[in-house]
Amino acid sequence: MIDVLIIGGGIAGIETACSLQELGLETLVLEKEKQIGGHLNNWDTLFPTKRSASEILEYYAEQIRKKSITIYLNTTVTSIRKQDDGSFEVHTSREVSFKSKTVVMAHGFSLFNAQRKEEYGYKIYENVITSADLEQTFKQNNDVFVNPMGKIPERVAFIHCVGSRDEKSGNHYCSKVCCITAVKQAIKVKQLSPQTQVFCFYMDLRLYGRGFEEMYREAQEKWGVQFIRGRLSEVAENIDGSLQLKAEDTLAARPFKMSVDMLVLMVGFEANKSTALFHNSCGVACSESRFIQPRHHHLSANATNIDGLFTAGTSIAPLSVFDTLNHAKAAAFAIHSYITK
Amino acid sequence: MMKQFGYNSLKSRTIDYKNINTTLISYIIKNEPSFSSCISCGSCTATCSAANLTFFNIRRLNIQIRLGEFENIRQEIDKCMLCGKCLLVCPRGINTRNVIMLIKKGLVTFNLVE
Repeated sequence: MIDVLIIGGGIAGIETACSLQELGLETLVLEKEKQIGGHLNNWDTLFPTKRSASEILEYYAEQIRKKSITIYLNTTVTSIRKQDDGSFEVHTSREVSFKSKTVVMAHGFSLFNAQRKEEYGYKIYENVITSADLEQTFKQNNDVFVNPMGKIPERVAFIHCVGSRDEKSGNHYCSKVCCITAVKQAIKVKQLSPQTQVFCFYMDLRLYGRGFEEMYREAQEKWGVQFIRGRLSEVAENIDGSLQLKAEDTLAARPFKMSVDMLVLMVGFEANKSTALFHNSCGVACSESRFIQPRHHHLSANATNIDGLFTAGTSIAPLSVFDTLNHAKAAAFAIHSYITK
Repeated sequence: MMKQFGYNSLKSRTIDYKNINTTLISYIIKNEPSFSSCISCGSCTATCSAANLTFFNIRRLNIQIRLGEFENIRQEIDKCMLCGKCLLVCPRGINTRNVIMLIKKGLVTFNLVE
């Protein structure tokens, strides 16, 4: 029987495995994709340091080698079953099942599908993209900045809170990282294309973390990014492919129209589909937001309502890379004390 | 003495939160509780057909009513055509159309119109 079975080979799962290995426990990581790293593989840089995401992935690849951590790739977990003796049986898509003393749900989140906000025109209008698409663009091309039609944009608008804090999307919560991601991406656009005017449309700016407010100031002072307090209500396409935005500048108390050459939708977090699957197979408690409910918000943030079943990272809520890694390290300690008690 | 220098010729612009007329806001929230969750994002005003042509601003109505200021509200409210587009875009799911109806009823019921 394995000590700890970790579901998900993103940074949360890998960090948990590394920390547990140091504490002397035997781990096994199951990853559904053909490589480790999860969403970080699709990201160019991290806020607030602007450090390359691949540096983090290289660090963990190195740790996996050094600590000889076992990872099964292309393995999707289909169900978790608690046994009478308190252990777990985990079933997978590869028709093998595993027995373990404890399980860590580090299966992460899904990005909000922007097509669900049809009024914003994603996949309808060519020049509407998501924050994830923009990250890919940065990753592939770091010299020139053009819109999907190949034109250097005169104006770019970032729309905060797409699929977050939105009753109509069914997501009441704040996704936490989109504000600072928009600030980071806005700066990057200005760096690549100084003549482009950049606007951020927000309802509230939530720049809560270490170094976030500083980055916001940098965007205003050094790069001239303009922040407008108003939520986009609808988008239409002009004949030349530019986009007509309708919003209210709430501080000026007047509705306005603006035409931009590119629209970036800051998509939020949603609970991973696997969360519902695990909820059905083992009865792990979920909150109203459909993420996993920690046993105690402050005192047992890694434990769940089921003994021996733990969480690490964004399976509990939207978290930054910083918070994810801390939550994963804490998971290792919680599991260690559970097994050795 | 102060009067001679014109000191009471202007009403104070300061908001006096202790003495706000809460009749209308209480009435609206009692009948349409979602109204209390407004975050002033302005989606409603941006999409409003009336706001494009007139000074009608449904987001600002909320603030005015909260502050118990009813001047011009009667005339303002009549600019609304009850098309309900604001209701479709509201991220807090507020039934804005019902709010408009409640404002109309409330103004008459509590005799708040000058």
